[in-house]
Amino acid sequence: MSPAAPGVVTFVMDGKDVSARADQTVLAVAREHNVAIPTLCALEGLSTVGACRLCLVEIAGSPKLQPACVLKATEGLNVSTRSERLDKYRKMIVELLLSERNHVCSVCVSNGHCDLQSLAQSLGIDHVRFPYLYPSFAVDASHARFTLDHNRCVLCTRCVRVCDEVEGAHTWDVMGRGIRSQVITGLKQPWGESESCTTCGKCVQVCPTGALSEKGKSVAEMRKRRDFLPYLTQMREEHA
Amino acid sequence: MSVAQTHHGRFLGSRTPAPSGDARWKLVAATMRRHGYRADALIEVLHAVQGAFGFLDDDGLRFVAASLRVPYSRVYGVATFYQHFTLRPPGKHTCVVCMGTTCYIKGAQGLVEAVQDRLGVKPGQTTKDGRVSLLEARCIGSCGLAPAVVLDGAMHGKIKAEDLVGKVEEWMKHDS
Ligand code: FES
Ligand code: FES
Repeated sequence: MSPAAPGVVTFVMDGKDVSARADQTVLAVAREHNVAIPTLCALEGLSTVGACRLCLVEIAGSPKLQPACVLKATEGLNVSTRSERLDKYRKMIVELLLSERNHVCSVCVSNGHCDLQSLAQSLGIDHVRFPYLYPSFAVDASHARFTLDHNRCVLCTRCVRVCDEVEGAHTWDVMGRGIRSQVITGLKQPWGESESCTTCGKCVQVCPTGALSEKGKSVAEMRKRRDFLPYLTQMREEHA
Repeated sequence: MSVAQTHHGRFLGSRTPAPSGDARWKLVAATMRRHGYRADALIEVLHAVQGAFGFLDDDGLRFVAASLRVPYSRVYGVATFYQHFTLRPPGKHTCVVCMGTTCYIKGAQGLVEAVQDRLGVKPGQTTKDGRVSLLEARCIGSCGLAPAVVLDGAMHGKIKAEDLVGKVEEWMKHDS
């Protein structure tokens, strides 16, 4: 093989040689090569936080799994994106997410268009081995156009990031820690009373589940539109 | 941080009116000034507010957020992430039970339950008479003495549930 051009690295993914720019993540490279890695918190156009751990991959010679959405492509890396162990962990993560809040698909606005639901389906989850916590969470319907239902939230922080990084309002953030964490608007005010919300609806569109939805949508009617995100990112890069 | 930003921060900071004429806001303002109204001084400034008032209320959080130009939600997130901060006025006495991993393994849950049963309040709450607050913390750095509690600011290690309840009862009955 000829020496790699500057900034280009070659590594092995699932037994095949692939080349990538040194600033690319393993997830981005995988997507270019049509290798499916499950993700939840990662969304193109937003910063990466490596929070959900669904995209974990194995690296030959290392006992530690690494999140593909954060892991940078490096020369000589040897990653596996599928294995029994990874499948096991990914299933476990989704089951834990399902057990933590009240994800009742049959009455959810996002039924049929939900990232969490599709993940569960693609991972072959037909039941949850962990006891459900059934927390009691209120629904915030104080906003004129949108609804926040904590029962469906997976704390991926996509809403927090899109509001801060793309809209520039930083209306959202996460309060508390651990099992008591929760997304908030402003000083944990009712969303409709938040001074900074511009009602742009970006948070609603990027939300993977039915936690954020448009008002007036009934069961299974909430389809999210995310094409604006890569578009805005690209335009801003062009005109920066 | 560039000079321009610092000046901008100063300008805004000095313009944000204090929530009230309470002289303690001057202490808080002094802390912010000392840190050049930098956003990364948030934790320091929240300490100052809590030190002065005993807790953080919405007015204080708004004042700090506006002065340091940090989003409200971020300020609230930080204020609720750290166990040290409290958003409610504390009782006359405080009982903090460490629920860090070591203390948890050494039976901290039992301590919380014992106090909870005796006082009729859950962690984070204060008795109706305002006398005692029950709080939880995540590792107070005394793992060697687990289970650890902090009673009115003093650390007590390797404490048994009945002894803890005894101490709390002292607070309840005396005019202490
Ligand atoms: S997608 Fe990589 S950690 Fe969530
Ligand atoms: S776990 Fe309690 S002091 Fe460390």
